[in-house]
Amino acid sequence: MSKPRVAIFDFACCEGCQLQLVNLEEEILDLVNVVEPVEWREAMTESSPDYDIAIIEGSITRPQDEERLKAIRARAKVLIAMGACAAITGVNRLMNKHVEAGQAGPCVYGAAASQPHLQSGTARAAHEIVKVDYKIHGCPMDNREFSSILRSLLAGKTPFVPTYPVCVECKQKGNICRYEYNEVCLGPVIRAGCGAACPSGGFWCFGCRGYIDEPNVNAAFDVMDQYGKTIDDFKDRLELFAGREAENNAKNS
Amino acid sequence: MPKTVEIKVHHVTRIEGHGNIFASFAGGKVEKIEWQVPEAPRFFEAMVLGRDWQDIQTIVSRICGICSVTHSLAAIKAIEDAMRIEVSEQTDLLRVLTHYAEHVESHILHVGYLVAPDLLGAKSVLPLVKSHPDVVKTVIRLHKLGNQWMALLAGRMTHPITFKPGGFAKYPAEHELEQVKKRLQDSFSDLDVLAQTVFSLKEKLPAFLRETEYVALVDAGKYSFYHGAIGSSDTAKILPVQQFESAVNEYVSPQSTAKWAKWHRDSYAVGALARYNLNGKNLLPRARKLADALSLGKKNCNPFCNSLAQLVECYQVVEHAVEIIDKLLANGIKLEKNQAQPRAGNGAGAVEAPRGVLFHRYEFDDKGKCVKANLCIPTNQNHANIQKDFEAFAPMIADRSPEECKQLLEMLVRAYDPCVSCSTH
Repeated sequence: MSKPRVAIFDFACCEGCQLQLVNLEEEILDLVNVVEPVEWREAMTESSPDYDIAIIEGSITRPQDEERLKAIRARAKVLIAMGACAAITGVNRLMNKHVEAGQAGPCVYGAAASQPHLQSGTARAAHEIVKVDYKIHGCPMDNREFSSILRSLLAGKTPFVPTYPVCVECKQKGNICRYEYNEVCLGPVIRAGCGAACPSGGFWCFGCRGYIDEPNVNAAFDVMDQYGKTIDDFKDRLELFAGREAENNAKNS
Repeated sequence: MPKTVEIKVHHVTRIEGHGNIFASFAGGKVEKIEWQVPEAPRFFEAMVLGRDWQDIQTIVSRICGICSVTHSLAAIKAIEDAMRIEVSEQTDLLRVLTHYAEHVESHILHVGYLVAPDLLGAKSVLPLVKSHPDVVKTVIRLHKLGNQWMALLAGRMTHPITFKPGGFAKYPAEHELEQVKKRLQDSFSDLDVLAQTVFSLKEKLPAFLRETEYVALVDAGKYSFYHGAIGSSDTAKILPVQQFESAVNEYVSPQSTAKWAKWHRDSYAVGALARYNLNGKNLLPRARKLADALSLGKKNCNPFCNSLAQLVECYQVVEHAVEIIDKLLANGIKLEKNQAQPRAGNGAGAVEAPRGVLFHRYEFDDKGKCVKANLCIPTNQNHANIQKDFEAFAPMIADRSPEECKQLLEMLVRAYDPCVSCSTH
């Protein structure tokens, strides 16, 4: 059986998730034994329009990028959104209200902002434009999770992606709750899988993995009440990574 | 009429971000040569508006995956400048130590994974796994060292967690620092293998010289990455970081979604070669020895030698990191209570990213909400210089085959280790 052909494409992002692939170090040599990379601009010169699995990094912001993504989707059997920018728009979502108000361009480029090559729409996640088969969450994504999802996919198994919140992993780590430090932490509603990286590093959860499928929002509000925090504090922090997910969730509920 | 040959490179490979090359040659002469940046803008200066001072470094870290530690540190320095927050010597040393890890990780990635294939006649590192297994394994070990060192201090490999205005959110244990020190001391044998390989290949770097203005942080008597003010090879005057806008003079080019910069001339260069040219006399002994062995000289104006300067810097930061760990251990790690409070103000911070000096400026209201930001990225400052290098280099290679021209122009872009998406931010 020939190895599945994999191509990696980047859109508006920091390319930190591609870096996580390089950061697999020796393991990437194992992965190229089971898949054949045919296009990966950041690491190799070769390119090919013939691939089975397309991996998308970054958000979609301009019409030309939307067309490029649609063309990639048309060629790929499987499309994976890798990292928060592709999966849930990530931090790029913060630009949207400024783009909509017509202030993003002038803020950055001043009087030159009207030049045609500097135009941009709002940032969108890949699934808002094309069908996405799998999402790898996180900012940056966890490369062990990437490896596990890719291996599951190749073995024809459904990849394991946690449907419980970061608090579960945080408790397992034995961390003291960030609310005890008088901080607003998004752990109660955000998808686990990061090993509670930020609370374990002495910070609150920023929400980079997005909402879990069925967040217990009322329980989260109880926690905030208990510590004298408001819903606005919570929403403000959600804006960083998970704002749109939160909006969608509110619409669906 | 001589026939026109066009070279178009859509999205140069083995660099961070999206850049295009357009060149046309006719009868051995250059008709047109352009470095173009079509990267999607992300408007980070707008993104941070209205955000809380404690969220800023987390947001702007996402400007760049490869230099996320540098971005976080530049933001924190600017916030501390704006809010007049003092930090302890321990915080300062731990930040420099974490920052050095990023330099090793990034420089090894650039030299080992992105540039080495050009020198060894490959299109990526993958064929080298079979043809040069020992070199690849050495590169992987050094890259991993940089990453694990960074993860210990920053909380993970990319997008640091532990940095806060005023101090650290989490401190390393002394025994962990001992382990890092041991691994750093052991890493010189791997660095020597890489240095010998690069030494044997350095004749493959094109002999191209163009007198250039170099800009980097300078700090009396030191080879600076984190402290100091703005120096230029064109002037003995040192500019305070607070005035960085009058050094970078950003402007919009029709060729680029990233802004370009110029100071005393039409362009200037930042990065490892600029740091070497301004601060090379302050290198520590092992780094100095390698610089001499590689014949880098006093002022080196060959942009392709940037990769050699990066390797020299790997020795420099590993050697200095061992000294810093000794100092931290001698003092003992103290768990500091962070007393930083928000206040209104405007501040600037500068840190040397692996690919050159990075500037951040923020203004805050009295609640600590950001009301203004200006971020000037190293690759912003290199774009105009890449264009000027192209204009000088292309006539030298006009008689080569289109395939060779294409590769040489791509190699010139790669030499700068550009972070293109970072520069468009």
